[in-house]
Formats: sequence, C-alpha cells, structure tokens
Amino acid sequence: MDILSKFAIMLGAIGGLVLLVAMLLFLAGRMRGRSESRNVGWLFIAPAVLGLLVAVIYPALKTITQSFQTSSTGSFVGVANYITVFTDPDQLVVLANTAAWVILSPLVASVIGLLYATFVDRSRFEALAKTFVFLPMAISFVGASIIWKFVYDYRPNIAGVGQTGLLNQIVVWFGGTPQEWLLYPPLNTIFLIVIMIWIQAGFAMTVLSAAIKGIPADIVEAARMDGASGFRLFMDVTFPSIRPTFIVVVTTIALWTLKVFDIVRTVTGGQFDTNVLANDFYTQVFQIGNTNVGATLAVLLFILVMPIVIYNVRQLRKAEAQ
Amino acid sequence: MKKQFLLAAGIVAVAGLLLTGCSTTGGGSAASTTAPGCAPYAKYGTFKNKKVTMYSGIVAPLATSYINSFKKFESCTGITVQFQGDTNFDSQIKVRIAGGNAPDLAVFAQPGQIKSLVGSKNVVQAPKGVAANVNKFWSSSWKDYVEINGKIYGSPVDANVKSLVWYQPSRFKTAGYKIPTTLAQLKTLSDTIVASGAKPWCEGISAGSATGWPITDWMSQMMLIQSGPATYDKWVNNQIPFTATAPKKALAEAGDFLKNSKYMNGGLGDVSSIAATTWTDAGVPVLSGKCAMYKQGSFQAGIFPKGTTVSPTGDVYAFYFPGVNTKTKPVLGGGDFLVAFSKRPEVQAFQTFMSSDTWANAMVAASPDGGWVTANTGMDNSKLTNPIDKLSAQILQDPKSVFRYSAADQMPPAVQAVFWAQSTKWILGQSTSDTLSTIQKSWATQ
Repeated sequence: MDILSKFAIMLGAIGGLVLLVAMLLFLAGRMRGRSESRNVGWLFIAPAVLGLLVAVIYPALKTITQSFQTSSTGSFVGVANYITVFTDPDQLVVLANTAAWVILSPLVASVIGLLYATFVDRSRFEALAKTFVFLPMAISFVGASIIWKFVYDYRPNIAGVGQTGLLNQIVVWFGGTPQEWLLYPPLNTIFLIVIMIWIQAGFAMTVLSAAIKGIPADIVEAARMDGASGFRLFMDVTFPSIRPTFIVVVTTIALWTLKVFDIVRTVTGGQFDTNVLANDFYTQVFQIGNTNVGATLAVLLFILVMPIVIYNVRQLRKAEAQ
Repeated sequence: MKKQFLLAAGIVAVAGLLLTGCSTTGGGSAASTTAPGCAPYAKYGTFKNKKVTMYSGIVAPLATSYINSFKKFESCTGITVQFQGDTNFDSQIKVRIAGGNAPDLAVFAQPGQIKSLVGSKNVVQAPKGVAANVNKFWSSSWKDYVEINGKIYGSPVDANVKSLVWYQPSRFKTAGYKIPTTLAQLKTLSDTIVASGAKPWCEGISAGSATGWPITDWMSQMMLIQSGPATYDKWVNNQIPFTATAPKKALAEAGDFLKNSKYMNGGLGDVSSIAATTWTDAGVPVLSGKCAMYKQGSFQAGIFPKGTTVSPTGDVYAFYFPGVNTKTKPVLGGGDFLVAFSKRPEVQAFQTFMSSDTWANAMVAASPDGGWVTANTGMDNSKLTNPIDKLSAQILQDPKSVFRYSAADQMPPAVQAVFWAQSTKWILGQSTSDTLSTIQKSWATQ
C-alpha cells in the first residue's frame, strides 16, 4: 500500500473518532429528566462496553461453547474434552507442572523479595542493591529465557570441548561431570521455575519495600523499646503490618505464572515433560489444530484464574483501607 | 461552537474516506509481450494492474531469490506478485483461512496439510495448465502428493533430498574409507570407525515444538529401504499400524544407529544428548573431525557455518544413504507445494507459470549461490552451481530412484505432533513398543 492511502486511512480513522465523540457529546447535551446523570454515564461508557462485548465477551462465550464440541464434526460431545484433559497422561503432566509453577514461583519469589527488601532497608547501598534485583524485570521473558538456556547448556566433558553453560562450568570446576539439566523431569521444571523467580523477585522486592517503608515509625519504635529486635521484630511487627501487601504480591505473581508461555516455549519447547497449560493451549490450537481441546484448556485456565483475581482485588481493598 | 466542531469532524472524516477510495496502489506497469525475452511468457496472457498475493514461510535470504525469479514474469504479463514471507506461516495460515482472509496462493511444506485443506474445501482445484505441467514434468511419486481424489490441486515447488550422509572428504581419504553402497556396508564402516577409537555418528533433534523430527526421518528412511514404497505408503496412510512388523523393524533398525552408545553422539556427548542438541548444531562436529557421519537433508549445506566449502574435495560433502542393496534407489525427501485459494485469471496464470520449466530455470538463475533444486524435470541441471545441488538433482532425476516424502510430514498434524514427541521420549529411553503403540493411539482421534 502506498504512503498516500496510509495517510488517508489514518485521517479517516481520526475523523471517525472525532465524529463519534462529538455525537456522544451532542446526545449527552440533549439528555433531560430524572435519571439524567445516570443516562449520561451509560452513554459515555457505551463505546467501551460495546468493545468489551465484541472483543472479550463474545469470544469467551464462543470458546466455552467450543470446549463442549468436537473438532471433526462440530457436534456437541458434552464433557468429553474435559475428561480427556483430566485423564490423558500427557495432559496430567501439564496440569501437575502448572500446579508446581503456581505454588513455587509466587511463594519463593515473594519470600526472596521480602527478605531482600528487609535486609537492604535503610542500608548504605540500598538503591544499588535494589537495582540489581530489579534489573531482570526490564528484560523480556524471552530474553531472560535465552540467557538461562545458555546457563543450563550442556557440553560433554571430553578433550577439546569446553563448557558453554555457566552451571556446568561451575560443576566442572568443582570436579563433577556436566549434566543435561533440562532433559530430566521433574528437576527440569524446577530449573525453569528459577527463571521465573529471577524475573519476579524484583517486583516482589519493590512492592514489599514500599510497604515496609510505609509501616508507621512509632510502632517500630514502641516495639524496639519493648526489647524486640532482628527476627522477633520482623515476625511480630514488620510482617503482620505488610501482610495484605504480601498476599497481593503472591497472588499477582501467581496470576502471571498461570500465563507463563514464553519461558517454557523458548527453553524446552514444552518437551521433556516441562509443558504447562498456556503453552499446551497454543500447541493444541495452532500446531495440532485441535481447537476444541485448546478451548477446554483455555476455560480451565480461566476457572483457575478467577478465584485468584477475586481474592487479589479483595486483598488490595484491604491494603488500601489500611 | 458545537456545530462548527461537528462540521469540522465531518469534513475530516469524509475527506479521509474519499482519499482512501481514490488512491489506487501503483505498480503493475503496462504489460508488453513484444518486449525482448517475453516469448516464453506469452502463453500466460497480459493483464493490466493485477495483483496476486503469495504467502509462505520462506524468508530472507531465500525469499530474495524467489522475488527475483518472478521479475520477468511480472514485466511481461503485467501481474504484480506480492511475496509475503512469514516465519509464523504454519499457525497464521490457519488463522487467515478461518478468518476468510486467505491469500491468493500459499506454499505449504507438508502434503498432509494440503489433504486436510482439500477435505475442508478451502483450496481450489488447479487450472488445466498446471495439471498438464505436473503430468509433464514430475514423476508419478510427486504427482501423488498433489492429486487428491483424482483432481490436481497444486504443483510441487522445490525439492530436497533427505537420504544423504554428510562427511569430511579429507578424513575419509586419509583413513582410506570407501563410500558405502549398501546398509550393511554403512554399518561395517561405522564399526571400523568405532574400532579406531572414535564415534562415527552425530545427531541432534531439538527443534522447539518440532523436537524429534530427525528421528521420524530415520524411521522413514529405514522403512523405505527395508520394506519398499508400497508398504511405506500403507504405513503413512494408516493402512498398517505403527505396531505392525515392518514399522517395528524400521524403528529398531534406526535404534541400532541412534540408541547405540558406541556410535552416538560424536563430539556432543552420550545418546541422551541427542535430545538436547539442536538439529542445526548437530552437523558441526563433522567439520572438526569429532564425528564422521551425519544424516541430514541437502538443506544442511546452508546450515554449516559461513565459509564452509561444500564439494567432493572441500570441507564437507555428502553421499547417498544406501539402500539394502544396489538394485533399488529409494530416496527420502521433502519439498514445498503451491496451492491456490482463488480462481481469478491472474492467479491461475501465475500458478501455471510456477509449475512450468520456465520458472524452475528462472529460480536456478536467481539463486547464484545455489542451495535450491526442484524435482521438475524441465530444470536445466547444467546451470546448477553448487555440488550438493548437482548431487541432489542427480539423485532426484535418476530413473532408478523411487521418491517418497518423509512420513511425518504426510500424516495429519495431530499424529505428526505425537510422532515427534514420542520419538523424543524414545531416544531418552522409552521402549520401541511403547513408543509405537502411543503414536498409533493418536490415529484413533482422527
């Protein structure tokens, strides 16, 4: 397409948007009556609601319908797809892996973030120390995955062949034999989870550090005067005060972990029993062409995410109220 | 003020829409069949300002050669060819077809996909000119991949030979190894190399979500040379199951090479390192002498590091993977296929052109460094520059050779995915019988 028609389309789109807003304003000005303000409110959110209906609600309903159908004929098969997902041995591995991811990465990342935030709080190198831990968040998931893929790389320990993976090089320096870290379950899933923790610890640290700094100084002073220090201070004063924030951090990271796709896809491609729900969904729909099993996995993911989101919002309100 | 605002917005919107309608894309110069060199293109007709879109997974640098090979056709017929290359072709083409936004033409790397597209009534039957060309220029084995239910739906594009073993000519010369001409000789050669204290073979199967595909090629190779093309076809079409005697024998034979800790994995580790090594890295130990032989397709020539000389006297070369005897010449290979989604006259003209010898030779001329061959018998072999291309063309056009597409690429995508995944588990220790029965189960969902 040549440059003139590109500009033309841009002008058309801007003009269309301006027309839409102008029409809304015009209609809003015409509103009268008892429920005027409410009607105006509905009017203004109408475009956004329409967009949500078309782009989110309709596809969600379609996906849920597809999960009850079969691909070859499009006819309804009830819960057959769900039974497949819960009984096929490969699918069970996917579910088990996803569970491991969701339990381990939020907890470990948050605990590391919390401990780090507590230790560097008000120390001399606080800003520098925090930057180091936060830096991985600036890299894309794929970039981080490639970095760690090289860390876990394996080369045989024969003459003339040096190690390219950092982990195996350290093992060799200590006199061990290099291992193929990514090949053997369940340890390979743990190694992938480490990548996620590496990325997310910075987020946990930042949020929790802000929460720690938000603890009123007089509470801490009063506790110190009572003789509390170090571990006691942390367990009895610091942690209870930031508990709502901590829970929000854990649940947020859990939400992100449920979506993890790039890490698994880049490092192992889902092979060697490392597959997780989001990656499996993509493979089923786009590579195997089995849209219905993919739809089932998407619905499953949605059901898993809902309680965490609800809990997260509740905790956020509680933290704000404090 | 509000009225003026509305008026202004209205004018802007209308102006934009008018401009969109008025501007037509340029390109597509006036056709001229009387221009020099346009004689071979006269039969495709002349068009004015017509466009066709061709969508494929071919990206630079190969894409440049394709685009250049179309230039004469474009100037002679007046059709502009929009070449769209996308590394995400495999997933995107399904989305485009489902969304009603299919391209005019698409290049598929797997014949199994064409079968499923025909089944779901998405592709259109090829015009008569294409059918005539396919009958004229390709052997019956190639025709079988584009003929479904007696109708021809497309034409083959390129070809690669997978029955090749890469080796280092200087090492073979120094050690006095002879190129094996039967499978038994290949095994003897491997044992000789083991006796000399080295590992004869290297292999790598890691390929993201396609991890395991080279093992499926090993099994296809063994199946073809041990049981012959007829049984091979039955196996591919699920007329005999994976658990039958012939496929079992084939995978076991592949295991004699792949799962043999004395043979594998030269320069890369033990047998399990096959699963972790990417297939593009697996051939490198041949260059450093850490591995003597590497089974891979002719496209490996472009995968070796830049500057590697590929010739009978160069850094690396390949020999034909032998059959069980010298009487038959089974050839495992691959290639792309062109199909169309539209019956517009300019699309049909271009489709006919791409199935002709004119295009095959134009493409060879547009690939000065080589690395491209086709099984189109109208291709002038003397114009090939790369020794591997010459070897591939020689093998493909040998009247004794029986060509078969690799099995996994012919099977439905769901079966192919399980075939790949189970092959990976197999190399990591799973038994041959468990592997075969799990793959066979995936046919049940088709």
